[in-house]
Amino acid sequence: MSSSQRPNQLFRNLNAKVASIPMILTALVVFVGGTAWTVLYSFTNSKLLPRLTFVGLDQYHRLWATPRWLVSIENLLIYGVISLVFSLVIGFILAALLDQKIRFEDTFRTIFLYPFALSFIVTGLVWQWLLNPDFGIQRVVRDLGWTSFSFDPLYNSSIVIYGISIAALWQGTGLVMCLMLAGLRGIDEDIWKAARVDGIPMWKTYLFIVIPMMRPVFITTLVIIAAGIVKVYDLVVAQTSGGPGIASEVPAKYVYDYMFFAQNLGQGFAASTMMLLSVVIVIVPWAYLEFGGRKRG
Amino acid sequence: MVDIASLSTSPEALRRDGAGPSGPKPRHVLSRRNIFLYGTLVVVALYYLLPLYVMIVTSLKGMPEIRLGNIFSPPMEITFEPWVKAWATACTGLNCDGLSRGFWNSVRITVPSVILSIAIASVNGYALANWRFKGADSFFIILIVGAFIPYQVMIYPIVIILREIGIYGTLTGLVIVHSIFGMPILTLLFRNYFTSMPEELFRAARVDGAGFWGIYLRIMLPMSLPIFVVAIILQVTGIWNDFLFGVVYTRPDTYPMTVQLNNIVNSVQGVKEYNVNMAATILTGLVPLIVYFISGKLFVRGIAAGAVKG
Repeated sequence: MSSSQRPNQLFRNLNAKVASIPMILTALVVFVGGTAWTVLYSFTNSKLLPRLTFVGLDQYHRLWATPRWLVSIENLLIYGVISLVFSLVIGFILAALLDQKIRFEDTFRTIFLYPFALSFIVTGLVWQWLLNPDFGIQRVVRDLGWTSFSFDPLYNSSIVIYGISIAALWQGTGLVMCLMLAGLRGIDEDIWKAARVDGIPMWKTYLFIVIPMMRPVFITTLVIIAAGIVKVYDLVVAQTSGGPGIASEVPAKYVYDYMFFAQNLGQGFAASTMMLLSVVIVIVPWAYLEFGGRKRG
Repeated sequence: MVDIASLSTSPEALRRDGAGPSGPKPRHVLSRRNIFLYGTLVVVALYYLLPLYVMIVTSLKGMPEIRLGNIFSPPMEITFEPWVKAWATACTGLNCDGLSRGFWNSVRITVPSVILSIAIASVNGYALANWRFKGADSFFIILIVGAFIPYQVMIYPIVIILREIGIYGTLTGLVIVHSIFGMPILTLLFRNYFTSMPEELFRAARVDGAGFWGIYLRIMLPMSLPIFVVAIILQVTGIWNDFLFGVVYTRPDTYPMTVQLNNIVNSVQGVKEYNVNMAATILTGLVPLIVYFISGKLFVRGIAAGAVKG
């Protein structure tokens, strides 16, 4: 394309620019504009309608003084740690088991991954039923003769977040397994041969050779899980609606409720800005590690 | 194919299974290793299947049997009444026409959203791969970074935009929202795919005088059907399973299936009918499950593509 006359610089490649309008609008208006708008209005005292009356950090002071928000944050931390640790460990173990040249690999993989196709609403409702103390697992065990058996996480405010985590793990571990399996398949077979020749036991090979080699896969998986954790919303809505009381509230639900029910937009904006901040804290170091060192030309 | 594609079933992995005299290691079928290996896998598989089994079993029982028996026992008397009720007469608020309303709403949301989002993203990806203009990459980076922003941050500004245009609460509005939030991952998917296609193809078409749309429609589109299938799988399951956007951007009579399901099951009034609830839950999960079981490896490729950056 050598016809570079000055005046038609803007119209060069016009079709591509026209075709990119949706992307440009999405990037600038929704992603940049929308985010900036929300952050800006989080410093106002907007109630039912957004208004530009600035009140400084008042909304944030109020946010961190609200018990419900504190419970939400605590739940998010517990849920996050459980999700990260268990889905990584279980996902990796399952992938390692599937990688042993076994038969019916496809069948097993299909079974482990199918919950991932289901929505969080469906997941939450199934586990709500399984964990129902009157009819679910607790009842079954009691009917077997162990009458003092107690397993009612969804009705016990001190452990309700663990009940939600069980459902989340059931739904999401398959994905981690798939990513790990892809990573394991990328390991050179010669590594295994060398380890075998040297007489290194299998678990040691995994722990000290294979896992360090899979670092990129682990980091990617970590970022995906972490981004999902912050967004957790539907699962809680379906399983407990935040109850009993406020025991299983999460930040995403706080935002939604304050924006659309409590008609306290300022609080909603402040809370969502805090969510954004938590993502930034996770993503920026990762992006720095991943892209900072070697900027592609 | 794409480098993404090699993730799920890489050629090495396939070759490794067949080839290589891996030494005279006698394989007893019932070695301790095998018992442990398959034993663990079977137990875990049972655990994963259990909820699905309980769902199906519960939905086929009558309420008296549910109150008496345990949730794992198969139904003594199979009844399809809960399924009929869940589909046709279960109540949410004032509407008593069952989940069928939500089902058709979801169809009317999913079909146009999938078509629109894929049309936009594939053209975007094509422009980014073959027709770069100044600044295109910056927009693309913003788009990808934007994929990590929690939706909650952008929900309300979008409400305002849609209200200004006058489509807040309509299915059109929701379709646009789905297209917006599907854009980052799909654009990435298509961009990487088109970039991996041979450059000569594009050049030859240019020499023959084909333009932007001509090359897209006559060369790129027919050659990239697999990636379109992956994108369709990704979008159908994703949009069908969406709850947050449905609840924010639609009104009760246009609620998608997931929202209606949640309202039916978690409604406070009336006697809880667990069999109807479970039938409704299966019905809602059926579409993505069918997509999953039919698409098989392509689904895995789709989520790997969605998960791993190119």
